[in-house]
Amino acid sequence: MTVITLILSKASARLADITAFITTLATAVLSFGLIGQSSNVYWMGNWFPPFGITLVYDGLTGLMLLIINVIAFLTIIYSLSYMEKYTAKPKFYALFLLMLAGMNGVVLTGDLFNLFVFLEIASIASYALVGFGVEHKELEASFKYLILGSVASTMILLGIALTYSMTGSLNMADIASTLSAMPAKTTMAFAAGVFIMGFALKAGLVPFHAWLPDAHPSAPAPISAMLSGVLIKALGVYAMVRVMFNVLGAAPAFQEIMMVLGAISMVIGGLLAVGQWDMKRMFAYSSISQIGYIFVALGLGTDLGILAGLFHLMNHSVFKSLLFLSTGSIEHATGTKNLRKLGGLSQKMPVTSTTTAIGALSISGVPPFNGFFSKLLIIIACIAAGRWFLGILAAGVSVVTLIYFLKAMRFSLFGELPTALAKIKEIPFPMAFSVITLAVICLGTGIAYLIAGSTFTGIFLRPATDALMDGLKNGSSNYIATVLGIGG
Amino acid sequence: MLSYSSLYILDMALMGMGIYALIAKRHIIKKIIGIVTMEYAINLFLILVGYRMGGIAPIQDAQVSAVDLAARAVDPLPQALVLTSIVIGLGTLALMASQAIKLYEKYKTFDMSEINRLRG
Repeated sequence: MTVITLILSKASARLADITAFITTLATAVLSFGLIGQSSNVYWMGNWFPPFGITLVYDGLTGLMLLIINVIAFLTIIYSLSYMEKYTAKPKFYALFLLMLAGMNGVVLTGDLFNLFVFLEIASIASYALVGFGVEHKELEASFKYLILGSVASTMILLGIALTYSMTGSLNMADIASTLSAMPAKTTMAFAAGVFIMGFALKAGLVPFHAWLPDAHPSAPAPISAMLSGVLIKALGVYAMVRVMFNVLGAAPAFQEIMMVLGAISMVIGGLLAVGQWDMKRMFAYSSISQIGYIFVALGLGTDLGILAGLFHLMNHSVFKSLLFLSTGSIEHATGTKNLRKLGGLSQKMPVTSTTTAIGALSISGVPPFNGFFSKLLIIIACIAAGRWFLGILAAGVSVVTLIYFLKAMRFSLFGELPTALAKIKEIPFPMAFSVITLAVICLGTGIAYLIAGSTFTGIFLRPATDALMDGLKNGSSNYIATVLGIGG
Repeated sequence: MLSYSSLYILDMALMGMGIYALIAKRHIIKKIIGIVTMEYAINLFLILVGYRMGGIAPIQDAQVSAVDLAARAVDPLPQALVLTSIVIGLGTLALMASQAIKLYEKYKTFDMSEINRLRG
């Protein structure tokens, strides 16, 4: 689709818009249709595993596909009008579709080196997209992101080489079954450490977060939404969790590392966000903090912990992309994202201010929005697992989150409207459609969980949780059985 | 002939040189050379994983039987992985080099310590 977009754009720029729209609509609809189906395996080129590459669909893949494609669809609608101010709009769509293809490939593949290839496809497309408006700051941010991302990819490739040398196979299920039969080796511990380094950088955990606060403000708003809402989760969280839990067989040491890194990220991301005056930079630090929440919950290793972590992952995609798209709307209308220069936007831009307020309330954990339920579940899971300190820390960082989002809302939406901004108008329809849809999803998810909690988790979250618990508790036997066709 | 483990040690020394160039040098082009050296060190590591001292190429023709091939050939799978990895490295290098050119146009310097307008 990338190549088709580029070729069609020579004829007319409109055709590129239509191609991108139809592609993302198709992937979003298909991923909705896949919810609720049982696990499935596709052999590429009809080579049977473990010799060929397999595409595996299980519960976790279904959840991630839904998140990635729905948010990509809404972001494309948003960028139909937002990207008009950039030249080379068809090339934006081409790179965007490439990044989307990479992310879909990462969550669908059942082969470790194929994971690396798709990870690189998505990463290289995102490096180019961060520097899309080719000015001073975009180039600097893109170059820093590129260097750090290349180091991470090198680490991941080193881990794959070590894993291959120990097990002789690249198929994830085959590695899992080989490793569960072998005694623990130092080489595999080193490989796990190197994997954690690589994937934690893609996810934006402290101390591997240095690229995030520079890359998010410099990217165009739809790309910030995709980066923070989807890319760090598909490439960082999903890849780390899949490799650690299903492939390498999570040892308690890895869970401890995930929880420690997550806790540090929560605190540092939250505290650094309070002092920011640039809206997008504040939200970038907030992403670091929320990814810390997700890793703390996933690292707990209990059933409730993984459920809470995946629920928060789903919610964070929705409200963080909503917040970044709202910041883009504010920048589109006023030309600035500096909180010192904004104020009183609720008088002139009712749609944007309502949706920004909904997003900010969701992420702070105010009922009945979805953020409240996922944060509550994380705190309960921490305490139920006996980790009192983590639970109190999570509650404390939630208060800090509320502080800086109140700051953002007070300085941008309420207060006096500066005279320089007296003539701003509301955003055009495609942008408004996306932000309204995301705000409705925020509210709807919260109310759906409140009213029909077990049905909601049963459809979306339970299959994903089972896939990960399978890796933790019974050595991925379900995963291995699905892919390799061996009993038990 | 060098021993097998000394090849690994030399390869990791190459990786160390790449990391040193990336961290300690301020010139953008030298950092790029460091990254490329690191990537190639890992490619070499992959090939060494599948290597067999005194082995033959994994190609079967009239003089080599299948059993002979399995006993004496080097592993061809890492070589396929390295081919893919070299192409990925090429893509990343193209992006890095073009960004270095653009950075020079905007900032008028190749010194990374002067390219720091993004703070906080």
